[in-house]
Amino acid sequence: MTSIAKPPVRHPGLHKNVLGFTQRDYEGAMSTLCAGCGHDSVTAALVQAAWELSLPPHRVAKMSGIGCSSKTTAYFMRQSHGFNSVHGRMPSVTSGANAANRNLTYIGISGDGDSLSIGLGQLCHVIRRNVRMLYVLDNNGVYGLTKGQFSASADIGSTSKKGEANVQPPIDPVLLALTLGATFVARSFSGDKAQLIPILKAGISHNGFALIDIISPCVTFNDHDGSTKSYKFTREHEVEISTADFVPLRREITVPETDAEMTAVTMHDGSTVRFRKTRDNYDPTDREAAYEHVRACQLRGEVATGLLFLDEHGSDMHAIAKTVPTPLVDVPFEQLCPGSAALQKLMGQYR
Amino acid sequence: MSGVNDFAFKMATVNGTGSASANSLLMQAIFRMGIPVTGKNLFPSNIQGLPTWYEIRVNADGWTARPEQVDLVVTLNPATYAKDVANVRPGGYLLYDSSWPLEADLIREGITIIGIPFGKMCVNAFERDRDRTLLRNIVYAGALAALFEIDMDVIHEMLTEKFSKKKSLLDANFTAIRLGYDYAKANFTCPLPFHLKRLDKTKDFIIIDGNSAAALGALYAGATVGAWYPITPSTSLMEAFTAFCKKFRVDKGTGLNNFCILQAEDELSAAGITIGAGWAGARAFTNTSGPGISLMQEFIGLAYYTEIPAVFFDVQRVGPSTGMPTRTQQADLMSLAYASHGDTKHIVLFPANPEECFYLSVEAFNLAERFQTPVFVASDLDIGMNDWMCQRLEWDDNYKPDRGKVLDATELEQVKKFSRYLDVDGDGIPARTLPGVHPNGAYFVRGSGHDKFGAYTEDSDAYQEVLDRLTRKFESAKKVVPAPEIHLQNSAHIGIVSLGGCHAAVMEAVHNLRERGIVADYMRIKAFPFDSPVKDFIDSHEVTFVVEQNRDAQLRALLAIELGVPRDNMTAVLNYGGMPLTSRIVVDAVAKHLEGVAV
Repeated sequence: MTSIAKPPVRHPGLHKNVLGFTQRDYEGAMSTLCAGCGHDSVTAALVQAAWELSLPPHRVAKMSGIGCSSKTTAYFMRQSHGFNSVHGRMPSVTSGANAANRNLTYIGISGDGDSLSIGLGQLCHVIRRNVRMLYVLDNNGVYGLTKGQFSASADIGSTSKKGEANVQPPIDPVLLALTLGATFVARSFSGDKAQLIPILKAGISHNGFALIDIISPCVTFNDHDGSTKSYKFTREHEVEISTADFVPLRREITVPETDAEMTAVTMHDGSTVRFRKTRDNYDPTDREAAYEHVRACQLRGEVATGLLFLDEHGSDMHAIAKTVPTPLVDVPFEQLCPGSAALQKLMGQYR
Repeated sequence: MSGVNDFAFKMATVNGTGSASANSLLMQAIFRMGIPVTGKNLFPSNIQGLPTWYEIRVNADGWTARPEQVDLVVTLNPATYAKDVANVRPGGYLLYDSSWPLEADLIREGITIIGIPFGKMCVNAFERDRDRTLLRNIVYAGALAALFEIDMDVIHEMLTEKFSKKKSLLDANFTAIRLGYDYAKANFTCPLPFHLKRLDKTKDFIIIDGNSAAALGALYAGATVGAWYPITPSTSLMEAFTAFCKKFRVDKGTGLNNFCILQAEDELSAAGITIGAGWAGARAFTNTSGPGISLMQEFIGLAYYTEIPAVFFDVQRVGPSTGMPTRTQQADLMSLAYASHGDTKHIVLFPANPEECFYLSVEAFNLAERFQTPVFVASDLDIGMNDWMCQRLEWDDNYKPDRGKVLDATELEQVKKFSRYLDVDGDGIPARTLPGVHPNGAYFVRGSGHDKFGAYTEDSDAYQEVLDRLTRKFESAKKVVPAPEIHLQNSAHIGIVSLGGCHAAVMEAVHNLRERGIVADYMRIKAFPFDSPVKDFIDSHEVTFVVEQNRDAQLRALLAIELGVPRDNMTAVLNYGGMPLTSRIVVDAVAKHLEGVAV
């Protein structure tokens, strides 16, 4: 993963968050992705979301696999721990890290190749395991690093740069996640920062696995006419079926709560996600309805975006495993080793 | 020759008919009589209906390897009659169910045939079909108790322990054991010429399987994260770990767990979870067998190159491909030593029995953290799943886990700029940090090419520098991994080298060879990489045999590659059909080779 250090320019006028950090403190190395890549916009949104949430950078673990999207973990939060692992296997590495230390914030960055082809099994099972993490899926329908092959999210009929049309049906990560019981499912567009940032913040605060499928056009290999993951196509076909606003616990609520179109969901940490219903009386807490809406949009050729489903009552991996609240890495050895007296007593059972 | 406290017998049954409990009852009763004993369960990859055998060897001198032939066989599976009859030594005995006429397959000259109507007796004694099937096994155990003079008080004591909470089962078992016992007493000369006589040789011993012992090692070493995908013959390791954790690791106040065991979707994921947990600072492990090791290759390379501790238990079975999942082999040696693509070398430990599974399991966690690398414990099905008589396991309460060079918050406070892969101490081992501990400790783990600072690189020199340090780290490990166990005799010119589960048979073979006038030294390798004593041993013998359980002489190949010993200076003695090695195989191979070579 190539990365270039940014010059340490300081602007005295930058705002500071409650930790005293400016947004610059949440940035990473200079991106080496193509100019105009949607992934860089996602990175920028993540920087802002993390800054706004005042996440202590060293308590964040940035996890990724392999691919253009996975490279971006180097481009934000340089003061955080990062783990660029194996293609399609970031979910298992994150599961293990989270099993060992449940108190870190895990941000996983993946792509459509990493998540929907080589890593489809791992994605499915990390959803089932409900590992507490933000899972960003930068979705551009194409393999960038190997120069333009279709990915498993490419739509039927969508054409490659060379003009070939894709004939295999796509895998939709949102429908997949809804089917598998994911407790936080969203879709956004890298070009829509206003929508993206609150969703990222809500995902980070979610008590479980939070999937955000982000249509993030590939300017080099998939931004031509005929592609259904281009900037133009996405702008023209994006339908926001729920507008979400995220209100962290510590921030004063300034927007009046009088709007009858607004639904509020309280997150486990006390923060709030507020939905503005945009059409069809969309209920983001109803899994079946969410599935139907997303599917209906798809059949109309529309891309449904917004926070599509949220359930704050699911049991995460640790609740399922009944793990102690102390991170396992902090449990003293004396509490883990039963000692010689217990062993000698146990030996009696083997006679 | 067999005799008092020196014989072997075997039960040939159909799997799924409940013979396992009767067989372990017999073995344990003999053990409690103070007589050294081992049992080997030879079972099919199946739930019900295929042949299964249980072999018990009684030996006052404590030889525990599998016998070549048995003194008595109980034939309860028509499908294997011919094979079972052939397995009896001349002058031995055959015990069959005489509820039906004696089949021609069972008749053989030179052995004594004993018929007991197990089936009929059970039909008469018990009402339910299930009891009639299951208790037939207890009836034959009763008959054998009479024929071998097993102490009935011991059997009663054991049945009472087992069924004390289920009165009806206890009564039925008592009835069944008496049925067999009384019938044998009334109809045959009891005991047989080979039988049991109380000894006092098992006081400091236990009977345990290697997977349970390895799991206990993981528990005592402080492992908190276990990830796995079910696969024979390693499944019982994580099952045992789970049971131990439930017993010892549940917080009494809250009922919450000081462990997290994840059954993954496949072995790739199990490896990923283990590595993720190791990176985050937990002692983590996964247990698998050959096919799982194949699937984990890419992740093993990641852990090696990014220097993350992880413990892998490979309970070897017969491969390649699915192979024979319920048979034993040592055929993963090469694929463990150099697991993953690219230049990799790994620490591999070779326990010889369940006792060592415990101690080497503990050692594996120390080595993994000290050297920040994957460590493999290469057990096998025979060790992992069979009941072995072992010394009681001991624990030193002064044990402190070796967490290796991990910088804590105080140390990191002093660090201006942390670089992950700098060899500060000159031993090839850099310092590492754990995520979340301190802002100064944050770094970026990457499986892609990196320099000694941990930064991405495609520069040849910077890449090679890290790779060369990894070599130095591996060199350092040679001095730390368990040294070989060397058994020397006076002025022997012959050396035998072996490892792991071959040990019991080789020890017995060395003894038997000596009785035939062939004096051999023996070295048991306990770990890879090999240090100089291994080479010295081979160099100092005119003839060296390398005994192992695979087709391609993989240990010999490793010795040749790593030590530069010419391959042809070592004679391979191989056993790879899936059955545990016997001393006879070793003795015959050595003797035959020596006939052609003047020593």
